[in-house]
Amino acid sequence: MARISKSNVPQFSVDIYQNEFLPEGGREVNAIVTVTSTGGGTSGGQPLPGPAFAAEGAPPSAGVVIMVDCSGSMEYPPTKMRNARDATAVAIDTIRDGVAFAVVAGTHQAREVYPANGGLAVADPTTRAQAKQALRKLTAGGGTAIGTWLRLADRLLASADVAIRHGILLTDGRNEHEKPEDLKATLDACTGRFTCDARGVGTDWEVKELTAIASAMLGSVDIVADPAGLAADFQAMMENAMGKEVADVSLRLWTPQGSEIAFVKQVAPTVEDLSGRRVEAGPRAGDYPTGSWGDESRDYHVSVRVPSAGVGQEMLAARLSLVLPQPDGTVEVLSQGLVRAVWTDDMAASTRINPQVAHYTGQAELAQVIQQGLEARKSGDMDGATAKLGRAVQLASASGNEDTAKLLAKVVDVVDAASGTVRLKARVADADEMTLETRSTKTVRVKK
Amino acid sequence: MPESPPSATTTLCPSCAEPLDPGDRFCEHCGADVQAPPPAAAPPSGGGSPSGAGDAGPAAATGPAGAGATGPAAAPPSGADGDGARPRTDAAGADAGAAAGGYPAGGEAAAGDGPATDSFLLAPPQGQGQGQAQPQGDGDTLALGVPLPATKLSDPREEEPETAPEAETVCVACGLGGVDADGYCEHCGHAQPRQRDHQEQELEGVAAVSDRGLRHHRNEDAFALSTASLPDGSPAVAAVVCDGVSTAYRPDDASAAASAAGGESLLAALERGAPADEAMRGALLAAFEAVSALAEEEPAPDGAAHHNAPACTCVSAVVTGPVFTVGWIGDSRAYWIPDDRTQPSARLTEDDSWAARMVAAGLMTEAEAYADERAHAITGWLGADAVEVDPHVAAFQPESPGVIVVCTDGLWNYAESAAEMAAAVPRDARTRPLHSARTLVGVALDGGGHDNVTVAVLPFPAAVSRAGFPPDQATDGPGGAVNGL
Repeated sequence: MARISKSNVPQFSVDIYQNEFLPEGGREVNAIVTVTSTGGGTSGGQPLPGPAFAAEGAPPSAGVVIMVDCSGSMEYPPTKMRNARDATAVAIDTIRDGVAFAVVAGTHQAREVYPANGGLAVADPTTRAQAKQALRKLTAGGGTAIGTWLRLADRLLASADVAIRHGILLTDGRNEHEKPEDLKATLDACTGRFTCDARGVGTDWEVKELTAIASAMLGSVDIVADPAGLAADFQAMMENAMGKEVADVSLRLWTPQGSEIAFVKQVAPTVEDLSGRRVEAGPRAGDYPTGSWGDESRDYHVSVRVPSAGVGQEMLAARLSLVLPQPDGTVEVLSQGLVRAVWTDDMAASTRINPQVAHYTGQAELAQVIQQGLEARKSGDMDGATAKLGRAVQLASASGNEDTAKLLAKVVDVVDAASGTVRLKARVADADEMTLETRSTKTVRVKK
Repeated sequence: MPESPPSATTTLCPSCAEPLDPGDRFCEHCGADVQAPPPAAAPPSGGGSPSGAGDAGPAAATGPAGAGATGPAAAPPSGADGDGARPRTDAAGADAGAAAGGYPAGGEAAAGDGPATDSFLLAPPQGQGQGQAQPQGDGDTLALGVPLPATKLSDPREEEPETAPEAETVCVACGLGGVDADGYCEHCGHAQPRQRDHQEQELEGVAAVSDRGLRHHRNEDAFALSTASLPDGSPAVAAVVCDGVSTAYRPDDASAAASAAGGESLLAALERGAPADEAMRGALLAAFEAVSALAEEEPAPDGAAHHNAPACTCVSAVVTGPVFTVGWIGDSRAYWIPDDRTQPSARLTEDDSWAARMVAAGLMTEAEAYADERAHAITGWLGADAVEVDPHVAAFQPESPGVIVVCTDGLWNYAESAAEMAAAVPRDARTRPLHSARTLVGVALDGGGHDNVTVAVLPFPAAVSRAGFPPDQATDGPGGAVNGL
């Protein structure tokens, strides 16, 4: 049978964008690293019999747990619970045959809804129908303790021998029935064991809380202000999860003696500081977890401080590789790239800023000033908020980040985008403010 | 490139990195012989100022005393200093080379009062090859230095290394790490010396030396030497020297391609019996085509769209019987230096440069033009985006023996006028061309080595018929050339 298909094994490529030239005495080397994986299953939504989704009869190699908030607040308005049920049903329909899955109802405690046997079910038409049947029994009542949901999901996913473990978490309220320390302990315990996307429904949840959860679990976070939009969002999230082909990929950075990593940030598709997640991996090397990969491309900003050297010197500032742990404890190097430093007395060369580095430095600042601006606004510092959000408008406009510019325009009246002159709007809908805050870290790529 | 051990004031054992006391011959910690060269080659030291330069030598005079202290100087780990194999513990060397990294500028020479030495030596003296350095691969890490004929090591103070170097395993900068496949140290990350950082070649009747200099991270100059027999059986000797344009993409590839293609085309045409000027013009066009082809080969990587297409300058000289012919595009030069220094030496080329244009147009004096920061902007080059390719060719028939010095601006920046160049060229240049080329590179390095330096020296007449010149006649430069075209 003739068929056009990409390889089932994702291919990783690494591209480095940097200005390697430093002036005499220069010590800071910045590089944007674009990591692209191709060959995963998200290409056109066509199921590929890849390693994660084995052929019929073979044991599943991916598992998904859907966690649905069933706290009492989900009943107000009653459509919220109904929409959550419908969205979960759509998500279940999207689960591919052969993938292990489970549904968990979350309140102040976590309860298995399906298959409710302490493990995961393998998706096929029968189990999907049974799961949707089980959703009908979901009712709202009780509190919210998200940590318990994550722990149950972790247990369920651990019960199956799957390579890719993913969770989808839906909540509408604050984590009120659990101490923040307990949630943090849970996140510390679960990080790296599975990935998890989080969605907030309505406007009564806490952006920082949910962002922290998704960030720790290497997943995405978003707001679904109108519960009616849940089904489409769940479907997209599940499709994205189904596209993952490789789990537990890490960015490994080796730096020579005397050099140190100033920071490592993911800068596309969203800004995420990874610096604190370093896990030592041998002499002068550290791993930064990146989670699961499908067909996708992500950018990282790596900043290295190197020892100063004389003009004419050249050194390797960092060697960067994508590594995949193997069962025998070794790692497979998927791809690698070099970050170099060359000292020159050519001012034209050393003062040039790489366009990619400049762009993502701006995008990171954009995310930061939005968060600071909204914080200032909440605390009543209107001048501070105006200044920060004005700068945000300017950055979003200059970099072509139109989505963020639109969200900003719902919070401020833009007088002149180029100069960042804005006025705060007197009345701002909660949903608009929360959407801006949640999506502040979304970045765009360099304009070609 | 080599770098001194991390400490600025204390020298460290090249083997175990423990501090050494001045005067130590062996490391007290690991017992390593600290006077033996480390197991990888270092680029050459600048040596002392050439004896031939005497008082006019720009080296000692203009070499900033601060160069040793602030420049990228380092105590030569190779024992290749002009003063012989100086141990790393040598106090003067350590002081002068205090700053990390860089070529040794010759500790005492940089301080301005070093003894003039007449040799400029490579390190370590490894070569058994006869007369020429054979490239061992493009851009490959070079751990053994450039092979040299042992007979060229004229300095009796030079010590032979006592132990065989462990080839390509230990970083020349820190002496600790291995070298990875990309040519960087696995410990300190420093780039290792590459094949092209320093190259020498000598053929019968011509020699050339190319060096990265002290301030550039790679050598973007290239040269090609060749000899052939003319149809009448007489020898033809040629040198092609190219200087990659730094602001263009892949300048090192451009100069390498141009020099190779130019040299090949030149000799092939002469062997076929073409007139020298025609062969020269053809060679420059062949070089142009080779560079232009690079632009089509591989586009500049993304994010470098503003880069220019690969480009370089080119200057070539070929000696054929009683005549020699010079051809050039750009600002690399050729000089005529007669043996009899009472006779005038001459610059044989006119730069395709902004400064030369200003002077030619009468808009500025030479001094004003060369003081301008645009002076070195070239107006003619080889490359796909060259506006027009106008090969300049001139033939000369000197009436006394001498040498033709073909060089990049890395040299002539330190000896611009014909008189200055003559002062820098050793008096025995015609009989010791390789030595002379090394000495001239040393002049440039002592002067600061701000650019890559490449020098070819062609004795005239070519080796076979060196006699029979009336001692009282000489060329007086391009204007007075017997056969100027």
